[in-house]
Amino acid sequence: MAYRLKEVARKPERFSSGHRMCAGCGAPIVVRQVLRALKPEDHAVIGCATGCLEVSSFLYPYTSWRDSFIHNAFENSAATISGAEAAYNALKKKGKITGETKFIAFGGDGGTYDIGLQSLSGAMERGHDMVYVCYDNGAYMNTGIQRSSATPLYADTTTSPAGSKIPGKMQWRKDLTEIMVKHHLPYVAQTAPLGNMKDLYEKAEKAIYTKGPCFLNVLAPCPRGWRYDAENLMEISKLAVETCFWPLYEVIDGKYVINYKPKNKLPVKEFLKTQGRFRHLFRAGNEYMIEQIQAEVDRRWEELLRLAGEA
Amino acid sequence: MAIRERMSGNEAVAFAMKQINPDVVAAFPITPSTEIPQYFSTYVSNGEVDTEFIAVESEHSAMSACIGAQAAGGRAMTATSANGLALMWECLYIAACSRLPIVMAVVNRTMSGPLNIHNDHSDSMGARDSGWIQLYSENNQEAYDNMLMAHRIAEHPSVMLPVMVCQDGFITSHAVENIELVEDDKVKAFVGEYNPVHYLLNRDNPISMGPLDHFTHTFEHKRQQAQAMMNAKNVILEVAREFEKLTGRKYGFFEEYRTEDAETVIVVLNSTAGTVKYVVDQMRKEGKKVGLIKPRVYRPFPVDEIASALSRFKAIAVMDKADSFNAAGGPLFTDVTSAMYAKSVFGPKVINYIYGLGGRDVRTDDIELVFNNLLKIVETGEVGSVYNYLGVRE
Ligand SMILES: Cc1ncc(C[n+]2csc(CCOP(=O)(O)OP(=O)(O)O)c2C)c(N)n1
Ligand code: SF4
Ligand SMILES: [Mg+2]
Repeated sequence: MAYRLKEVARKPERFSSGHRMCAGCGAPIVVRQVLRALKPEDHAVIGCATGCLEVSSFLYPYTSWRDSFIHNAFENSAATISGAEAAYNALKKKGKITGETKFIAFGGDGGTYDIGLQSLSGAMERGHDMVYVCYDNGAYMNTGIQRSSATPLYADTTTSPAGSKIPGKMQWRKDLTEIMVKHHLPYVAQTAPLGNMKDLYEKAEKAIYTKGPCFLNVLAPCPRGWRYDAENLMEISKLAVETCFWPLYEVIDGKYVINYKPKNKLPVKEFLKTQGRFRHLFRAGNEYMIEQIQAEVDRRWEELLRLAGEA
Repeated sequence: MAIRERMSGNEAVAFAMKQINPDVVAAFPITPSTEIPQYFSTYVSNGEVDTEFIAVESEHSAMSACIGAQAAGGRAMTATSANGLALMWECLYIAACSRLPIVMAVVNRTMSGPLNIHNDHSDSMGARDSGWIQLYSENNQEAYDNMLMAHRIAEHPSVMLPVMVCQDGFITSHAVENIELVEDDKVKAFVGEYNPVHYLLNRDNPISMGPLDHFTHTFEHKRQQAQAMMNAKNVILEVAREFEKLTGRKYGFFEEYRTEDAETVIVVLNSTAGTVKYVVDQMRKEGKKVGLIKPRVYRPFPVDEIASALSRFKAIAVMDKADSFNAAGGPLFTDVTSAMYAKSVFGPKVINYIYGLGGRDVRTDDIELVFNNLLKIVETGEVGSVYNYLGVRE
């Protein structure tokens, strides 16, 4: 069925407003759209790692989650949901529960790329019927914008501050999506909140309704950490894709599909210049930094084209 | 008719788990508890249980998955030792505050470092304030019996707390001894069905668990948790009475051994109590008035009962198989003495022995030495050193 935003938006809301995430934050948009991909008749058990999303969506005694929700700790969203899924299988076998329940674990980049990587890898390897959604804002935002292994090269964070000797984070981003591909999962995809949200919605739907362990890596810009004005969220998300900083692709049973190839691939500086965390890259003498980032973005894009058989 | 068997402590625990037939077992190997998930996964492979076995990639994930499974509405169990228990530490607190009646077998082993696979109690003692009920077991029979009682205690509506059942690594976990098992159907009837009130898989009443709580509510939630631990005391005794009707085996907060006219007693947990019983019998033959108090329930700590029981003696040695590194005394010692003080039991002289760290053998002559010191204290009225080490080269 063709995607229509109007119809999708008419589906019952499963993530209520009233949460406390900042204006212009990508994460709640990602969550709402992912949950919209659930069939209305299906129930979901949703997990979330400690981080901005969790602390802003479930402050006792109020919750934004209309499905069943569990927050355990920072590094164990995947393991927690794997346990819930196992209990579901056991109780279903015993005839103690009826109806379809879907299992979704959310985690920020810190809770996924870093401290929760083992828990994620374990749950995916064991093959639980669940989806893990990483909302990647490229730093530990909840604790005040510390670098993570998802933080881009040279970004200014509070633990990789751009100083007079060290110009921000000195390492490239970890490529988590590829790491998950190498778990040989039935479905892995990289997406972002864009335009009418078709890409995100369709990938969420596939991930939720593909049997077995599936993984979504979703770009989730953060105005505080990236230092942009709230209203620029969608523009920045779009530039991440148009510059191929954040390519949209999916890997279905090992087969790569690039979902969007920019006709005119924009220079990565168009993305970088929108955010205060990269401001120092634009000072005289620092041109080499942007060149390095451009070269790496190009290299990774070429590699993706090759993997998709489009090189 | 009860079934007579010969089993190690680990097999006894695994066998209890098989009879309980939980919904989910998530576990990770670590000596000396490894055999428990091994036995259990064999039951799963042979279709002897309905359980979903999750071979997790760490103990942190074992406890996390147990939390997810129990929160979802299933019965979840696990087993671990030492470093494994330590890796779960963060989640132990979360399980308890989320009021999830998970049951875990702990096979006591020395906490690293140095790395040492043998028995002491430094692992479970480190978790004593995590909000879990802790039951200790002298031998395979007690470990088995405690496992059968654990769910009844944990899942009682006035409790809803997780339970760890501890036994001594190798000493009882690997020693094959006689055991009396309860028939499958009787275990099933005794343990009963788990029917949680609130659970994630209840699609008709979805709930959120694990909030950000703040100072506006956390204290109240902690107070309720503390109350549950207090409520557990009665429940533990009720369940023990019912268990006695089923099996004839009697359990309370602690066991008293030959204490009727005793002047001195040793207070000690788990397998060393067996050695102490032997020494008590020997010394009694020589007319020495010695006895034993063996706590079974360490959390909740039976303050009134233990203080009142101990008030009858003249000199007491509390033996700790874990040090607190507080320059004051081991954990059992500080709990026992503070219970006595709080209950105005000032009569008995109380000393502490740290013993058996890293699995150092505790022999009968070590125990005799402790009793002889106690008898000397009674005779002279001189306490001497309070905080002592037993069987260490210095
Ligand atoms: C074991 C542990 N270590 C550290 C923390 C502190 N902490 C909470 S959230 C967080 C960062 C979260 O970052 P991320 O996962 O990227 O989510 P975000 O806040 O950026 O959405 C940290 C460091 C914690 N809660 N638990
Ligand atoms: S700090 Fe960033 S990630 Fe956190 S709620 Fe605000 S915008 Fe979102
Ligand atoms: Mg983040």
